Amino acid sequence: MKEAATLSKEKQIKKDDRKLFRKALRKNWDCYVYIAPYGIIFLTFTVLPVLISIFFSFTYFNVLEPPQWIGLRNYQNLLVNDDVFLLAVKNTMTIAIITGPVGYLATLMFAWFINELKPVLRAIMVTIMYAPSISGGAYMIWTILFSGDSHGYINGFLLNLGVIHEPIQFLTDTSWMIWIVIIVMIWMSLGAGFLSMVAGFRTVDKSQYEAGYVEGIRNRWQEFWFITLPSMRPQMMFAAVMSITAAFSVGDQTTALVGFPSTDYAAHTIVNHLQDYGGQRFDMGYACAIATILFVVMVGLNELIQKLLSKVGR
Amino acid sequence: MEKAQRVIDERKIRTSKKVFNPGPARSTAGNVVNFVFLCIVGAFMVLPLVYTVCNAFKPLDELFLFPPTFFVRNPTLDNFQNISVLMGQSWVPFSRYIFNTLFVTIVATVLHIIAASLAAYVLEKRKFPGAKVMFKVVVLSLMFSAAVTGIPNYIIMSKLGMIDTYFALIVPYIASSIGLYLMKQFVSSSIPDALLEAARIDGASELKIFASIVMPLVKPAWLTLLLFSVQSLWGTTGNTFIFTESLKPLNYALNQIMAGGIARAGAGAAVGLLMLLPPLAVFVFSQTRILDTMASSGIKD
Repeated sequence: MKEAATLSKEKQIKKDDRKLFRKALRKNWDCYVYIAPYGIIFLTFTVLPVLISIFFSFTYFNVLEPPQWIGLRNYQNLLVNDDVFLLAVKNTMTIAIITGPVGYLATLMFAWFINELKPVLRAIMVTIMYAPSISGGAYMIWTILFSGDSHGYINGFLLNLGVIHEPIQFLTDTSWMIWIVIIVMIWMSLGAGFLSMVAGFRTVDKSQYEAGYVEGIRNRWQEFWFITLPSMRPQMMFAAVMSITAAFSVGDQTTALVGFPSTDYAAHTIVNHLQDYGGQRFDMGYACAIATILFVVMVGLNELIQKLLSKVGR
Repeated sequence: MEKAQRVIDERKIRTSKKVFNPGPARSTAGNVVNFVFLCIVGAFMVLPLVYTVCNAFKPLDELFLFPPTFFVRNPTLDNFQNISVLMGQSWVPFSRYIFNTLFVTIVATVLHIIAASLAAYVLEKRKFPGAKVMFKVVVLSLMFSAAVTGIPNYIIMSKLGMIDTYFALIVPYIASSIGLYLMKQFVSSSIPDALLEAARIDGASELKIFASIVMPLVKPAWLTLLLFSVQSLWGTTGNTFIFTESLKPLNYALNQIMAGGIARAGAGAAVGLLMLLPPLAVFVFSQTRILDTMASSGIKD
């Protein structure tokens, strides 16, 4: 008897909820009109592709024939049979583990250092530091600087100094290539996250600093650690997302710097592997499996870092 | 003794008035070290760009000097003339490439700003079923790169008949997630609810509120969205979506010149400068506004 009563009560609540929901829909119908232009395109070109990509990853699909369901075979092949993929994972990890944290720390440090300057100097420095990310293809310049022939500035410089006696083939020597990519990635690491941090430093409440001085803050390190850092958490989280995403999506840069495919696949990344199967071999199912793995790794790592950062200063 | 005390007091007052450089936490030595360090790093960051600028103005004989020189000695405009000569020979006029890039950049930017502001406004200031989920998905989409969605995107575009049209470059950019994200955070920090409430009491319609109150107030964010769209659209080659020569963007044509190798080194250097200048100009002229917007860009938990 009692059970029936609670059940009917639950039903009533559910019904009320649905009524409220419908009422909210009707009352706010115009919101959906406002959001429609963005929402429809966003769903079509961002959300839907991710779902399609996950679906294709379980199929064999060569564009000409309809996709065939093959279950987990793409993933099996990737993880067990494809040595080049494992090499690509290793290279991507090497690049990401170095450029991610270094780039992130650089973002934070330089934003802080720049914040210590006077306004005009600060504006100039922000432009200089952000300049490498401004033009999408600016990293092309490094191919000339690191070039192995007589146009290579770095080789020319080192030869002149007598450090080396014959030019180093920076862009084709397998022991150098990945390091060149890493240097260029670090050079480009001050992007949108950097702007966010620079702006973040300026929004910290000045009265907090004054209170800090009264309580005995002695130098800028203490000030940074005890006052600035805790109130910068939102900007730090945004910058972290930007850094991680950039570190794992390296691909176009390796193509521009060391070619595609690079010598002995020594700088082959996951994105390069994806482009290889998606753009040249037309094994779309396999390429989508690579894309899905990349998606899971990026989103998973981002969520993890967000969780960690949300504890800063707490 | 009293006088000394007064001097000390006065100095205390003076230092406490300074906002940027408050007393106890700043040493001159620290300032100098900081500045020198920033200059060294700044040189590393800016040298490749200085190199681009210098090379664009180098005559051919200077480009091929050994050992290579960094700065230009006899600046000339030969390289730029070379581009126009080279382009004069191509069967699609150079102006057409410029038009394509300008058209795509301007149309996509304008539509992106309008669509993102509309969506950002209702997501932030109105409560309706689905708003929170929608924003969560947008934040999630910041966390993976375009490489993930490349293949399905192409398939969707070909199903919609957008391949080989301007739409293939314009439409996806309208819903760029970073734009909506930044816009929404900026709306949240810069438009007080009370203002909108007052307008509603005065009887203004939602559309009127959006057009005459919200849009003018989010102008700094427009510039930020403009920066990001110019950054990604000015340099687009469109080589996966556009096959008709007369629809190809500028960067595609310029890459063709660069691919000419040593024979085109001079023109290639000039091309590098052309690709760099527009986004740089946008950033230099709107830096203050952009930083205002970025101040609210943080992810709040």
